[in-house]
Amino acid sequence: MNADPATLPRVVIVDDHGLFRAGVRAELEGVVDVLGEASTVEQAVQCARRLEPDVVLLDVHMPAGGGAEVIRQVARTHPGVRFLALSVSDAAEDVIAVIRAGARGYVTKTISGPELADAVRRVAGGDAVFSPRLAGFVLDAFAGSIPVADVDPELDQLTAREREVLQHIARGYLYKEIGVRLGISAKTVEAHVSAVLRKLQLSNRHELSAWAVERRLVG
Amino acid sequence: MILRAAFVAAAAAGGAGIVLYALAWALVPAAGAEERARPVRRAADWRVAAGVALLALSGLLGLRELGVWFTDALVWPVVLATAGGALIWRQSAASGRGRTVAPHESSSAEAREDRRGRLPQLALGGTGAVPALRGRALGRTFTGVALVIAAGLAFLFLNGALGAVRDVVLGAIAVAVVLAVILAPWWWRLLSRLSEERAERIRSQERAEVAAHLHDSVLQTLALVQRRSHDPREVAGLARRQERELRTWLSGRPPARPSERVAAALEATAAEVEEAHRITVETVLVGDAPLDERGETVVAAAREALVNAAKFAGRDAPVSLYAELGDERMQVFVRDRGPGFDLSAVPADRRGVRDSIVGRMERRGGRAVIHAGETGSTGTEVELLFERRNGR
Repeated sequence: MNADPATLPRVVIVDDHGLFRAGVRAELEGVVDVLGEASTVEQAVQCARRLEPDVVLLDVHMPAGGGAEVIRQVARTHPGVRFLALSVSDAAEDVIAVIRAGARGYVTKTISGPELADAVRRVAGGDAVFSPRLAGFVLDAFAGSIPVADVDPELDQLTAREREVLQHIARGYLYKEIGVRLGISAKTVEAHVSAVLRKLQLSNRHELSAWAVERRLVG
Repeated sequence: MILRAAFVAAAAAGGAGIVLYALAWALVPAAGAEERARPVRRAADWRVAAGVALLALSGLLGLRELGVWFTDALVWPVVLATAGGALIWRQSAASGRGRTVAPHESSSAEAREDRRGRLPQLALGGTGAVPALRGRALGRTFTGVALVIAAGLAFLFLNGALGAVRDVVLGAIAVAVVLAVILAPWWWRLLSRLSEERAERIRSQERAEVAAHLHDSVLQTLALVQRRSHDPREVAGLARRQERELRTWLSGRPPARPSERVAAALEATAAEVEEAHRITVETVLVGDAPLDERGETVVAAAREALVNAAKFAGRDAPVSLYAELGDERMQVFVRDRGPGFDLSAVPADRRGVRDSIVGRMERRGGRAVIHAGETGSTGTEVELLFERRNGR
């Protein structure tokens, strides 16, 4: 862990629970540079535009639109700011919605401090952060159970390799381990994950969101 | 033929005979109707009714020509009233029958619902079988009532007494309107207050339910957490269990059915092992499959693997459970991040566990592979696989 403040990722924490913000700040102390905090969508948008952090740690559930709304507004003016979603919810529709809005990763609030710091660093570096659960959702969403739309078959399917990488993430392997197991570099693993993220965001089949809603009902 | 013979007899007896005949017709089919299938009965009913009506009409006209007649002003209203009365009477008999039939039908409908494993829908189940019958019954009753009223009006009109009746009716309507205007606001207030009270009652009922639930779950857990605050692992376990329970409750999803679906069964198993061994199982499930023989086997093997992982893995690292479930193929991975082990130095009891996993899967035509000490991975991973044979 590098303690040089100049190279630490600069972070804004957005959550409507003050207690939780304080907890996250304490855990990330010394590992990232916390520029500021915000507790509402409006504050978060102003804060992100003013401070231009590397990463916004974003609560999914907030009054007036939630994390997805913050991402949409900030991305219009500051496309360089990256978002990592942080939530107590692990409902599929929340996860998919915030990823499709533009977040580069999703972790649950029960994540440990070091893991969170690592996730922040990876998002700051332009990578995608997939938790095992998110990988499971994506595999489910791209599984054969959803009819493949004919708009853009390229975007609507995962390659065998991408699927393999996601399965390993779901099984609890780290990028480094996956690289060794599949005989590719960790960088290539990250490239695959980023490709999956892009497909998730750009695929314009509305089935993806319909799937999320449906899944909740089906359980 | 019978109808015609009866008609002849009725015609011979004159107007009074017609009345008797119509009544008899009304009663006879009602008694014999139950033997016949319902749709047939319905169609036959109307054909018989039309036939009888036409025959009666022709008979009456014939009698009129022959001079066997009272006056138009009496006979036509009586005929109408008889027809209407017969309809109403017959219907009341039929709906009495319907009531005795309905409970049987509704209880069998509920039983069917239960067998399918759905929530018994009392409100629907109780009335679902009856509405078609009831609608038809209502239509007939209305027709009967309309006929009788028409008969009364025709009688009055033909006898020149309608003017007086009209006055009376007008008076009654006027009184009704006045009363309505006076009472409407009061009535309206009463109705809205009733509905308000009902909503309030529902709200307080819901509040009581939520309170009862929180009391039984969250408050109990918080009390336990305070008492066990010296044991962080126990506290984490309590919090996790409470979280899982609360999530299920909040999501409003139908309760999972671990006895029917593999995914639900795996989830329940993971939760159980978590609680029993104080570990964290990170469960990721893709797809689902019915819990048949192979499903049960895979769940049982996964439980062995999880318990195994809980015993031998480091306690702080989570155990990963990942499953891809489908009708064609079921694949389950259980992975711990323990120190791993040397295959030649496997303790005897662990080998026993291995056998119980591998043997169990192979007996059902599946496969179990234990990956340990492989490059690029720490810890042990158990892979369970079922594939449909024709797929390979």
